Amino acid sequence: MSVAQERAAGPAALQRRGRFRPGDAILYVVTCAAALTGVVLLGLITHEVLTQAWPAMQKFGLGFLTTQAWGDKGNTLFGAKSFIFGTVVTSLGALLLATPISLAIALFLSELAPRWIRSVVAPLVELLAAIPSVVLGLWGILVLGPFITGTLGPAIHGTLGWVPIFSTKPTVGSNMFAAILILTIMIIPIVSSICRELFVSVPGELKDGALALGATRWEVVRGVVFPYARAGIAAALILGLGRALGEAIAVTQVIGNRVAINKSLFDPGDTLASRIAGQYQGADTALQVASLVYLAVILLVFSLIANLAAQLIVRRVAGRHQV
Amino acid sequence: MSANAPTADLFRSERMRRRRIVNRLVEGAATVAALLAVALLVIVVSSVVRQGWAAINVDFFTKTPAIYTGFGPRPASGISSAIIGTLIIIGIALVMALPVGVLTAIYLNELAPRKLASVLTLAFDVLNGIPAIVLGIFVFIFVVVGHGQAAWKASFALAILMVPMIARSTQEVLALVPASMREASLALGAAKWRTTLSVVLPQAVGGIVTGATLATARAAGETAPLLFTSALYSDSVSYDPRQPIASIPMFIFTSAEQADPVLHQQAWGAAAVLIGIILVASLIARWFADRSVRRLKGER
Repeated sequence: MSVAQERAAGPAALQRRGRFRPGDAILYVVTCAAALTGVVLLGLITHEVLTQAWPAMQKFGLGFLTTQAWGDKGNTLFGAKSFIFGTVVTSLGALLLATPISLAIALFLSELAPRWIRSVVAPLVELLAAIPSVVLGLWGILVLGPFITGTLGPAIHGTLGWVPIFSTKPTVGSNMFAAILILTIMIIPIVSSICRELFVSVPGELKDGALALGATRWEVVRGVVFPYARAGIAAALILGLGRALGEAIAVTQVIGNRVAINKSLFDPGDTLASRIAGQYQGADTALQVASLVYLAVILLVFSLIANLAAQLIVRRVAGRHQV
Repeated sequence: MSANAPTADLFRSERMRRRRIVNRLVEGAATVAALLAVALLVIVVSSVVRQGWAAINVDFFTKTPAIYTGFGPRPASGISSAIIGTLIIIGIALVMALPVGVLTAIYLNELAPRKLASVLTLAFDVLNGIPAIVLGIFVFIFVVVGHGQAAWKASFALAILMVPMIARSTQEVLALVPASMREASLALGAAKWRTTLSVVLPQAVGGIVTGATLATARAAGETAPLLFTSALYSDSVSYDPRQPIASIPMFIFTSAEQADPVLHQQAWGAAAVLIGIILVASLIARWFADRSVRRLKGER
């Protein structure tokens, strides 16, 4: 190899020709071991949780998913039906409320706001994500709950009482509606900050092109920004959904912890994560612990599906942009 | 788009008017939504500060939670045991998570083949999405069942939460370190490990500090991993990480469920302290991030 060829091949080639360096081997092994912890932990978590839940899985089988019970028949019957219902209703409800608000915030920050407003508002929205869930839950119990029973609930029930989901009067502050509102507050900062980054990354030429054709700002957003960022928005929403599915503390504080399936949001209920959190002192028998971990298995499956879906979308989009 | 012919504007047609109105409405809605988010933050934080303020005094930081039996005057009560407990739990979690996170980032950014790096990154992203309560249950099954709760077990659960965050933010700054610096070092004959540790890593210190601080701030507020690993509502100060230890989030969680208004006020006070800690940490992190990114970009 001539000197010129060697230089063209770059430092990596020079390195390869060099002698064996123990320092390099050590660095490689140590860092590689650290990088493997992610995979190892994922495997370990799955294995441990499945093993511990096995007695309950054996006893109840898939019927666990369609049984509405917790500690019935002398602490021998457990089921997840009402918790799955509560999880789906609260997280979808929160997503429904949070989606338009988050998209609007992202649009305001990326398209409308002057620079100085953006530099104030964007960090504030992100600070909302920094509030610990236990503090939001405390606020939910002591401020939001009384507000729902006293003002908001009666008002909604009075005007929209004919809709089944608002068909009862809120009697206690702890109900599914409160849980939905708390979860909405939790996922707005997540979804809106991801979407803002997406919207900012839309190429200026595309927007300028649409503007030059006479489109209004909203038409540019609808015709250019949204289609361009579509996959990313989907991923952001799924991530927000995953967060809502898994939130235990704030939900267990405000939802009322009832083993029940009620169609009115003003009635108490419970979610998978919230039921697990609520049982932290009270798991007495081996079967109850196994059933509790069975709930964790279901939750793990939900969140793995949501996260893998979001990550795969993100990766596909990122790959497309590189090309 | 083809329907929106530019001539529409020239003629000031009915259709143009409608398009303008729709545009206005959407712009207004977006502005209102942003205001709503800020208002939510102000409402929550202000009620924490207003109610917490009454609970905060010197005793609150120096005394332990007093058990009140219902007779006689209430003894002075505070959350010193919870503050110390949180510092210990978080400190141990940081010691566990920081080296793993930084080494992971080095491997993924500097050494790993691209395919493998992308698989491993996916694993960390998925790990990051596992609900905190499931991590708590995992640690409970793994090391608590049969052995009892302990502060270091809570730290372990929090560390699992922190590693992906630290690794991600370290990776982001490592990617900003100019390739020319690595090449210059290698060209001078330095080994790869020497280049990585003495040339690349020092450039990334600011970003690592930022990531570690943000991860710590987030972990400090987490309650779910503590429930099954160090759920103690203690009236005495403990420094032993082999025993369960009190913590601020657990104090808030348990006090909020009681019917006692004095305990509620203490919970607000504890929430104010917790938010204070997290805010200060986030501000420090932001400052470090701005500084190091500016430096790295300036050198380009």
